[in-house]
Amino acid sequence: MEILNALVLLANFVLIPAISYGSQLALGALGITLIYGILRFSHFAHGDVMAFGTMLVILVTWALQSAGVSIDPLPTALLALPIGIIGTAILLLGTDRVVYRFYRKVRAAPIVVVMASLGVMFVVNGLVRFVIGPNDQNFADGARFLFTVREFRNYTGLDEGLGIRYSQMITVAITALVVAALFWFLNRTRTGKSMRAYSDNEDLALLSGINPERVVTVTWLVVAVLVTVAGTLYGLDKSFKPFTYFQLLLPMFAAAILGGLGNPLGALAGAFVIALSEVGVTYAFRKFFQYLLPESLEPNSLMQLLSTDYKFAVSFVLLVLVLLFRPTGLFKGQSV
Amino acid sequence: MTIRHASYFAIMAVLLVLVGWLQSWSVAMGLVNMCLISAIMALGVNIQWGYAGLFSVGTMGFVALGGLGVVLTSMPPVRDAWSAGGVGVLAGLAVGVLAIIAAVQVYRRMQKGWLRAAVLLVVIVGGFFAFRAVMDPAVDAIEGTNTAVAGYLGGAGMPVILSWLVGGLLAAGAAWVIGKVSLGLRSDYLAIATLGIAETIIAVIKNEDWLSRGVRNVNGLPRPLVVPYEVNLQSNPEFIAWAQYFGFDAVEASSLFVKLCYALLFVVVLAIIMWLSERAWNSPWGRMMRAIRDNETAARAMGKNVTKRHLQVFILGSAVCGIAGAMLTTLDGLFTPGTYQPLRFTFLIWVMVIVGGSGNNWGAVLGGFLIWFLWVEVEPIGLWLIQTLTDTMPDDSAIRAHLLESAAHMRLMTMGIILLLVLRFAPRGLIPEK
Repeated sequence: MEILNALVLLANFVLIPAISYGSQLALGALGITLIYGILRFSHFAHGDVMAFGTMLVILVTWALQSAGVSIDPLPTALLALPIGIIGTAILLLGTDRVVYRFYRKVRAAPIVVVMASLGVMFVVNGLVRFVIGPNDQNFADGARFLFTVREFRNYTGLDEGLGIRYSQMITVAITALVVAALFWFLNRTRTGKSMRAYSDNEDLALLSGINPERVVTVTWLVVAVLVTVAGTLYGLDKSFKPFTYFQLLLPMFAAAILGGLGNPLGALAGAFVIALSEVGVTYAFRKFFQYLLPESLEPNSLMQLLSTDYKFAVSFVLLVLVLLFRPTGLFKGQSV
Repeated sequence: MTIRHASYFAIMAVLLVLVGWLQSWSVAMGLVNMCLISAIMALGVNIQWGYAGLFSVGTMGFVALGGLGVVLTSMPPVRDAWSAGGVGVLAGLAVGVLAIIAAVQVYRRMQKGWLRAAVLLVVIVGGFFAFRAVMDPAVDAIEGTNTAVAGYLGGAGMPVILSWLVGGLLAAGAAWVIGKVSLGLRSDYLAIATLGIAETIIAVIKNEDWLSRGVRNVNGLPRPLVVPYEVNLQSNPEFIAWAQYFGFDAVEASSLFVKLCYALLFVVVLAIIMWLSERAWNSPWGRMMRAIRDNETAARAMGKNVTKRHLQVFILGSAVCGIAGAMLTTLDGLFTPGTYQPLRFTFLIWVMVIVGGSGNNWGAVLGGFLIWFLWVEVEPIGLWLIQTLTDTMPDDSAIRAHLLESAAHMRLMTMGIILLLVLRFAPRGLIPEK
């Protein structure tokens, strides 16, 4: 019984939050890894594009809410998602047209393109703040809990409870769906295969008649889907604030590098490693050990490895460790 | 420097005078001070990027460390806190350092294999818990003493001007550790790693209250001896007479005079750093750096130790950023870890370097002046623009109110557009490398 209590406690406070956070990171990291693999630069504007997509979804959600549309118990934001994706796709293709295409044509060094993406980052960041402001926005509606901690306790008779929020369930379900679709697309369709070919060997792909501009366009479209979905899920699960989204850049990049840049499977794995370590390292394990250890050995401290503000340090430390010992990432990624 | 480049500086001066004339002289002088500090930060980034081609986006961390240097140097020590937990904290830090050294030695001396991994794990985990066991009680004791006004160890109580050096040294020390770990990686890996370092440094400063008071801020940092306090000036009859002679009232004149004193100090620092940078650029060392930057493989083949030179230049650039950070905190008179944001303290500095001209020290200085000027002045200009554009809308219009409220965010967009335009049409910047 004690062991069960301990496990439920761990699931409620560490596993489930980490899995939903990891799913959100994974979608973001997949976008970064795809851009890196195909366009061959680190997309620094990723966090802000994510905020942009989410902002569109929020605006449409508000419009739908005031029109009385609802798909209770699911959040209205899911209905707004397609419009957000279309808007983000237009933004991404627009920046590609105005900014990145030029550097592709002159075959500029990757670092110059990275700088250009810094410029895009500023512009999109300013745009988001201009439209929706820098403050927290809450747009989650529908039912909050699939089942609550108390219902779980009453049902199982355990001391500890387990609550699952709708946002968490939706996050995992949608991520699974999107990731499955992405891998099917990359591995089974002609366009997806040409994308992978282009990523593996650009010259060979060009020789076999693959149109690079088409590959790039499709990549941005896929990234638009990934980024908007990731941002919306994160916003539903926590809340929307432009600066938080900008800060997600670090864990997303850490996840992509951890798994090996340019390797989609790696990005997925990296995201869950990052999320689990972030949540695990900053969780106070005191109660967990109280259940497991005999009374005489019970800890009197919080048993928290690091305070919550150090969560960025976690992704950084993991990143450095990987870079030191396995520079191409856990799974083999590109190392240009 | 050609006439054209000199004219850029002249235009900059005219712009600043215009601000003084149209807004107020105090505002203009404040702008000049921040421009000088920005120019020094830009020089620091230029040393890393322009000289050696290192793409480091951790500037914010080094600037913050410079600010911490001011607190550690100039604040009076808190004796109660030292007697409550000073020894414990020092012992805890020693345990931490020993654990790291032990781990590195294990990694180096032992044969590769599961045994090494196991020993390494034991050393690291054991070291961490030993560190926390020694550190935590001491930290609690320090943070518990007189929390409302102190709750930290304080500083060394030395003249604040020394802290500019200390800030630089702190940043250099951090840069050494970081460089050891992350240099030699591919260019954009270094970028991500330094982005993480900056966030980590900020997290430490925000969190370790015993060191920096964290988000409770440190107020009332002393001023350099040569800078008087406004209150003293305003009660000084000689100064009042002098102010009236120039047609200012005493309050305005005192604030102007204080800013002028700071500006003179900053100009001296900028001049010294500029002189050193130019000397370095024109020396054999500078040529070697450019050779490494332009063709790493060739430089390596010529027997240059690329990793070591990168480490050197990374430390130098970070130290300059640390000095600028210390100057900034001294100018503010307070240390607020919560205000360090990457957009303002890392990426904006990068815009300065790119726009001014990477690889040219004068360019970096010009970029520092111009971009800071725009960063501050775009806001009132944007506000004025929106007010004019929306003048026909009714006063209670929600859209107008929203637009006016959002005008402040125009500056981010402006910076981005400037950066993109310069990268596209003048990639070598306003004053290109010779």
